[in-house]
Amino acid sequence: MTDSARPLLPSGLVVFVKRDCPTCELVVPVLENLAGTGALTIFTQDDPSFPSGMPVEDDTALETSWHHSVETVPTLIVVEEGVERSRTVGWDRTEWERLASRTGLGPGLPDFRPGCGSLSVDPQNALDLAVRLGADAMQSRRVRYAPLEDEMEAAFDRGWTDGLPVVPPTERRVLAMLQGTTRKPDEPVAVVPPDLVECTVEKVAINAVMAGCRPEYLPVVLAAVEAACTERFNMHGLLATTMPAGPVVIVNGPIRRAIGMNSGGNVFGQGNRANATIGRALQLVIRNVGGGRPGEVDRAAFGNPGKLSFCFAEDEEGSPWGPLSADLGAKPGVSTVTLFPGEGPRIIVDQLSREPDSLARSYAASLRTLIHPKLVMAFDCVLAIGPEHARVFSEAGWSKEQLTARLHELLMIPTAELVRGSGGMAEGVPVDVSAPALPKFRPGGILIVYCGGDAGLFSSMIGGWVTGEVGSQPTLQEIRS
Amino acid sequence: MSGTHNSEAPSGGVVVLDPTGERSLPVRERIPRPATLEGLDLALLDISKARGDVFMDRLAELFTEQGARVKRFSKPTFTKPAPPDVRRQIAEECAAVVEALAD
Repeated sequence: MTDSARPLLPSGLVVFVKRDCPTCELVVPVLENLAGTGALTIFTQDDPSFPSGMPVEDDTALETSWHHSVETVPTLIVVEEGVERSRTVGWDRTEWERLASRTGLGPGLPDFRPGCGSLSVDPQNALDLAVRLGADAMQSRRVRYAPLEDEMEAAFDRGWTDGLPVVPPTERRVLAMLQGTTRKPDEPVAVVPPDLVECTVEKVAINAVMAGCRPEYLPVVLAAVEAACTERFNMHGLLATTMPAGPVVIVNGPIRRAIGMNSGGNVFGQGNRANATIGRALQLVIRNVGGGRPGEVDRAAFGNPGKLSFCFAEDEEGSPWGPLSADLGAKPGVSTVTLFPGEGPRIIVDQLSREPDSLARSYAASLRTLIHPKLVMAFDCVLAIGPEHARVFSEAGWSKEQLTARLHELLMIPTAELVRGSGGMAEGVPVDVSAPALPKFRPGGILIVYCGGDAGLFSSMIGGWVTGEVGSQPTLQEIRS
Repeated sequence: MSGTHNSEAPSGGVVVLDPTGERSLPVRERIPRPATLEGLDLALLDISKARGDVFMDRLAELFTEQGARVKRFSKPTFTKPAPPDVRRQIAEECAAVVEALAD
């Protein structure tokens, strides 16, 4: 919205009313009193003949109400030379008398009556008004498809999709998406690789629309974009690598439930809109804003299906342990995303272990195979523990820290098994390593998260990409509203 | 842009917001190919992939035989873009650059 588009209010007292509001009806005698003694301008939202017998400004188009953020009727505003000095909403005798510099207003009226909702914020009108009056606030280039162009095909033709159809990002849809955050459309979010383009809230919202997000998912998408574009997460390297990994988005905190994310059955699978579209929106931002496309800077030899969207929530309520976000330093009750540079998930089946150490050994044997059984220390992992497996640990009184420590212990591998040539395999660590054993994962390199369906003695593991400063490290980001 | 707020304008098709970075990349002219390597300062940028140095060493020999003065540079890691300082130094000090990948 440009300032020139905003109509100035006349000087003096200004009041916004509608006939369909008992409080507005109640204050008619007060308005008659004020009109008779000084400058009073009445804007009527629904019926220009209300209040009867008085001159009113017709605001049935609601433009003046919308531009001046009127949320309640009646709203009384003091204006001096076009500048608002103060306002009050509803009927509050003390406030009205203060604003009008008068005493004895509405002698027969109660002292206080709350107002009614302004028609300009009525859900049926608000989005139309925003599109009609506020679309200029969005700076992105408008693209008009040709009259005979199919709107779904048009996005494919312009290279804007990940291979699946996208929702056309019309002004109306993007404005509705922007309602999901209090952040302004032109606020910078991140500098997106590989083209290193500064990305605004608006650009993220456009791609979130295309991905199929609902507005309430937008804060999660924004946090995911912020986390991905940090030096720590190194989205550039993760994109450019020949390895299959992509950004895996793990959501913790109250927002998981608020937006209906799945942390239970089929947690890594299809069928939940939030899970499916939040990760997709992140990838569309990388593709469209950053210019990161397969075959170009994205050099993945195999990739993985999770590069369309890999996003899920932890089942914090069901977990016997604290959440992943707390392990990474988040305060309790704070909603976060954790980005992990991950490949596709693989199952760990163990239907017979009833003792925690037996199950930990199953995990260790499985985790050792990630990337290659003879390659160590270069990659982190996510271990997603399902409810039936977690019960084995919780019933034995094992904490998450205890399990993690035991896994690191079990994953100290004799160097003789790892060196190049051992086991008849050329791959492995250099033969001149002097240590008798090497850890599969660096300290902190096993991230444990609780999720999955409540039937099945399974867990799942997600292999990583090069970790440490030259690669990508798990990155926690707080979700802001 | 005023006057185009309806997504389904009667005069045309659907109006959408551009989801891209809106970078209209100008086509940049390449500098002319040098006629000779004699006396040129030539940068060899090793991106720090395994055995890239082997390739670079051989290139350095060949360029030196042809009269070029070879200057060696390297990226700290192949997983990240070359630091701006390295790019600037190459641009300031050298007439041409060879960036090499190996594995």
